[in-house]
Amino acid sequence: MTAMLEVKDLTKNFVKRLDMAGKIAQKLGSSIREEVVHAVDTASFTVDKGEVVGLVGESGCGKSTLGRMIAGILPPTAGQISFKGVEFTSMTQEEGDAAALAIQMIFQDPFASLNPRMRVEEIIGEAPVIHGMTTMQEKANYVGETMERVGLGREYSRRYPHQFSGGQRQRIGIARALAVQPEFLVCDEAIAALDVSIQAQVINLFMDLRTDLDLTYLFISHDLSVVEHISDRLVIMYLGRIVETAPTDELFDKPNHPYTSALLNEVPRLDHRGIDYEPVSGEIPSPLDPPPGCHFHPRCPHAMDRCKAEIPVLREIAPGRLSACHLNDG
Amino acid sequence: MNDSQPTLSVQNLETHFFTKEGVAKAVNGVSFDIAKGEIMGLVGESGSGKSVTGFSIIGLVDPPGEVVGGKVLFNGEDLVQAGEERMRQLRGNRVAMIFQDPMMTLNPVLRVDTQMIETVLAHDKSVSKDEARQRSRDALGQVGIPSPDERLKAYPHQFSGGMRQRVAIAIALLNKPDVIIADEPTTALDVTIQGQILYEAQKLCRETGTALIWITHDLAVVAGLADRISVMYAGRVVEQGKLDDVLDHPVHPYTVGLLGSVPGHNTRGQRLFQIPGMTPSLLKLPPGCAFQERCPRVDGACEADPGITHPVDGRNVRCFHPHLEEAAQ
Amino acid sequence: MNTIAEQVAPIAAASEVKVETPFRRFCTAFLDSKVATTALIVLGILIFMALFAPLISPTNPYDLAVVSILDSKMPPGTKSLDGVTFLLGTDGAGRDLVSAMIYGLRISLGVGVMSGIFAMAIGATVGLIAAYFGGRTENIIMRIVDIQLSFPAILVALILLAILGKGVDKITIALIIVQWAYYARTVRGSALVERNKEYIEAATCLAIGHRRILFRHLLPNCLPPLIVVGTIQTAHAISLEATLSFLGVGLPVSEPSLGLLISNGFDYMLSGKYWISFFPGIALLITIVSINLVGDQLRDVLNPRLDR
Ligand SMILES: Nc1ncnc2c1ncn2[C@@H]1O[C@H](COP(=O)(O)OP(=O)(O)OP(=O)(O)O)[C@@H](O)[C@H]1O
Ligand SMILES: Nc1ncnc2c1ncn2[C@@H]1O[C@H](COP(=O)(O)OP(=O)(O)O)[C@@H](O)[C@H]1O
Ligand code: SF4
Ligand code: SF4
Ligand SMILES: [Mg+2]
Ligand SMILES: [Mg+2]
Repeated sequence: MTAMLEVKDLTKNFVKRLDMAGKIAQKLGSSIREEVVHAVDTASFTVDKGEVVGLVGESGCGKSTLGRMIAGILPPTAGQISFKGVEFTSMTQEEGDAAALAIQMIFQDPFASLNPRMRVEEIIGEAPVIHGMTTMQEKANYVGETMERVGLGREYSRRYPHQFSGGQRQRIGIARALAVQPEFLVCDEAIAALDVSIQAQVINLFMDLRTDLDLTYLFISHDLSVVEHISDRLVIMYLGRIVETAPTDELFDKPNHPYTSALLNEVPRLDHRGIDYEPVSGEIPSPLDPPPGCHFHPRCPHAMDRCKAEIPVLREIAPGRLSACHLNDG
Repeated sequence: MNDSQPTLSVQNLETHFFTKEGVAKAVNGVSFDIAKGEIMGLVGESGSGKSVTGFSIIGLVDPPGEVVGGKVLFNGEDLVQAGEERMRQLRGNRVAMIFQDPMMTLNPVLRVDTQMIETVLAHDKSVSKDEARQRSRDALGQVGIPSPDERLKAYPHQFSGGMRQRVAIAIALLNKPDVIIADEPTTALDVTIQGQILYEAQKLCRETGTALIWITHDLAVVAGLADRISVMYAGRVVEQGKLDDVLDHPVHPYTVGLLGSVPGHNTRGQRLFQIPGMTPSLLKLPPGCAFQERCPRVDGACEADPGITHPVDGRNVRCFHPHLEEAAQ
Repeated sequence: MNTIAEQVAPIAAASEVKVETPFRRFCTAFLDSKVATTALIVLGILIFMALFAPLISPTNPYDLAVVSILDSKMPPGTKSLDGVTFLLGTDGAGRDLVSAMIYGLRISLGVGVMSGIFAMAIGATVGLIAAYFGGRTENIIMRIVDIQLSFPAILVALILLAILGKGVDKITIALIIVQWAYYARTVRGSALVERNKEYIEAATCLAIGHRRILFRHLLPNCLPPLIVVGTIQTAHAISLEATLSFLGVGLPVSEPSLGLLISNGFDYMLSGKYWISFFPGIALLITIVSINLVGDQLRDVLNPRLDR
């Protein structure tokens, strides 16, 4: 069976071009250089139909960038994305449009992700009308049904976004995505900006939609408790690279990669009480200038000479489990 | 802690905002004590009044807000009555606040070293300038800023958001104050950096007896750090007690709901408990208990104001029908 | 288990807000200032007078049958030979000054507003395209804008009019050319901020076409600064036109704007016949000041940093 989504060697570099002053300085022999951020570095993974895959990592490690490339918002620098077995760049125009609509994104910021000058009806109903999923006459009804699906009364369709609370706004964002009948949702920190009691409401909504509409999710979050609750499988990223993927239970029981272990230890959890915190060992690297070899070596308690020079490859260490660490080479 | 006098004792504090739309009772009768070396977690959802409580304690409430009642006793001295001059002496020195927005601490037009050395010297004139610089350097290193020597010479805008917050934290820690109020200082930071900051905060409290109020909406952070916890809802502390007691056996329906809605180890695949509805507007609070529209235990009694009761030992609760069954287990 | 809808709906219904559109909020905020409200009323009256000049003005200053050279340079308040009172006197050609000013206002405002609208349309489109597509497109557009803005507007206008010749249409074209770059720069500035917001990404993800994203999503969110710049630029355009007319380029003598009226009367200033220049000058001043006051208040109200 082909995976619903397959990402292969996906890479995104952001180049911060020099301004005029910088160019002149460079000509005059200054060491100023174009800054290149390797936001995502040869990431490969798959998502099967109906699965919820959690993508975890610290802020700035490239989670959003990866999500945006999959959702078709950012063009990749290199690598392939295949949807239902067809590679994005080899799709016909029609296939491409269909795939673009089938993969939708839910955003983090419930304020910035809704156009403040449009009514809810327009926000949700615009795209389905354009793409012929409903007609101008049917729109009000179509929007009403979609709103009810996410737990909003249809009587609010004439309101503007600022008249809703954060949780309700997030539901509008979800409704907007659902309105084009997607099969795959990329949720980028979709509940991070919400209050704790509202988070639970939205998490439950995601779970309900999954069963009702047979959706597949890539669930991006830095919050391990949330990811553990919702995901079947986890992908762990560190400084642009995927370091480990494993089924959720196995990963929590027996993390393989030293970074995963560190992450599981450091993330605060409700059942970790009265911790004696420890200082971070080693310098925290900057994504602008990541260390050579294994990115994690300055902080890794098991680092060897080899780790400083050679990039560990992501490879299978057990059925369904991948890890990128030299320790696994015996 | 058996110290006869708490370092900080907040008694029935009330801060109101007099806005065009009406009076918002952002802090509405908040009381708590913190002893030397104690860490109290102040948790609550957005808009529940956590920050305003912090601002009220250090006397930084801006109009249209005003502290309209209650006392803030700092080593016995009432800060609500203290003059602006006295507050300036105390602030940043004996009582420090780390703000949600680090630019409230940092002056954008001054270099970091200037600001830090000033802070040290304002506290202790006998320190030499070099010593003050050395101390500033160490403080930056402590909060995980790489190459602190170079960084001292930078301006705030040359730091990333997370680094700015760390500099603000370093400044707050500089003089080892008696009380630190930390307002969600780690929300914007990475877990690793957050761990580093938590380590420094914990060390300071243990070594110098600083009392710490850690404001956050993240129960998990408080769980690892605090000794006691106060849960705020719509301007009031609805439940307060020892950390383990409250987290393991909450009795206020709001606390119960809040804890129930946090996903965890054994919740996978299940529906989470959810508190219905949303936080009420402070301008349109119902008479009586502010939680009544969302509370599963509400009845007629709740239309009266629930006063502070002690249904369990060492616990302050504002509710007519606390969950005593669970607490008894 | 009750559904989410049931749990949300009662709360939302309880807090039944009157549907408060952004426009209504804006109006309340605008009318908060007495000065600005007064300026808006004055501006309203001026625009009304300009629009309905033929109906309001006592005489038609272009009607040679009515205008008599014998009435020229009459001081305010004198009666004409056929019994009409010249409230503000007459000008050098014997035209009733009140009528001439109303018609002059019509031309001044007309030129200012028309050039403003066209410059805004061109500038906004160009600025939006620059911000939205970025890269080379943006670089080229913004270099042109920079070059345009580095020349003084009056100089560019003088050169253009020297080439184009006189006429209301010619001066309008010249004013459009000197103004569009301001709009382009303003719109690009705010569009750069807006285009990085997630709602634009969402629109991309929903496969909504570029044109629709530009004009339905991006443009409405860049409107506030555009409106502010629009009012202030219109005031500039009016004074620029007055300056050009005063210098004798731009409008033909047969179609006097306020600036041309001032210019025509200027020669008589020293001989004590102050009113011919003075009253058109006051009218011009009131027009420009009231537009600027309205513009200032718009800026305060629409400034997101002062968001209430
Ligand atoms: N300057 C102000 N004018 C009017 N109301 C204010 C002002 N500052 C705060 N408030 C109100 O006081 C209440 C408490 O605000 P506060 O900032 O303490 O919330 P918080 O608990 O810190 O929330 P968060 O978690 O979002 O930081 C809110 O309802 C807020 O709207
Ligand atoms: N548009 C952009 N231009 C330049 N750098 C960017 C851009 N978007 C993201 N980055 C950089 O790419 C890295 C990964 O960012 P992101 O994917 O947003 O991380 P995450 O979502 O994991 O927090 C960061 O170092 C970030 O600064
Ligand atoms: S490759 Fe080396 S440095 Fe990297 S995680 Fe494994 S042991 Fe640590
Ligand atoms: S007082 Fe009543 S409404 Fe308030 S929390 Fe207790 S039971 Fe619920
Ligand atoms: Mg992100
Ligand atoms: Mg706050």
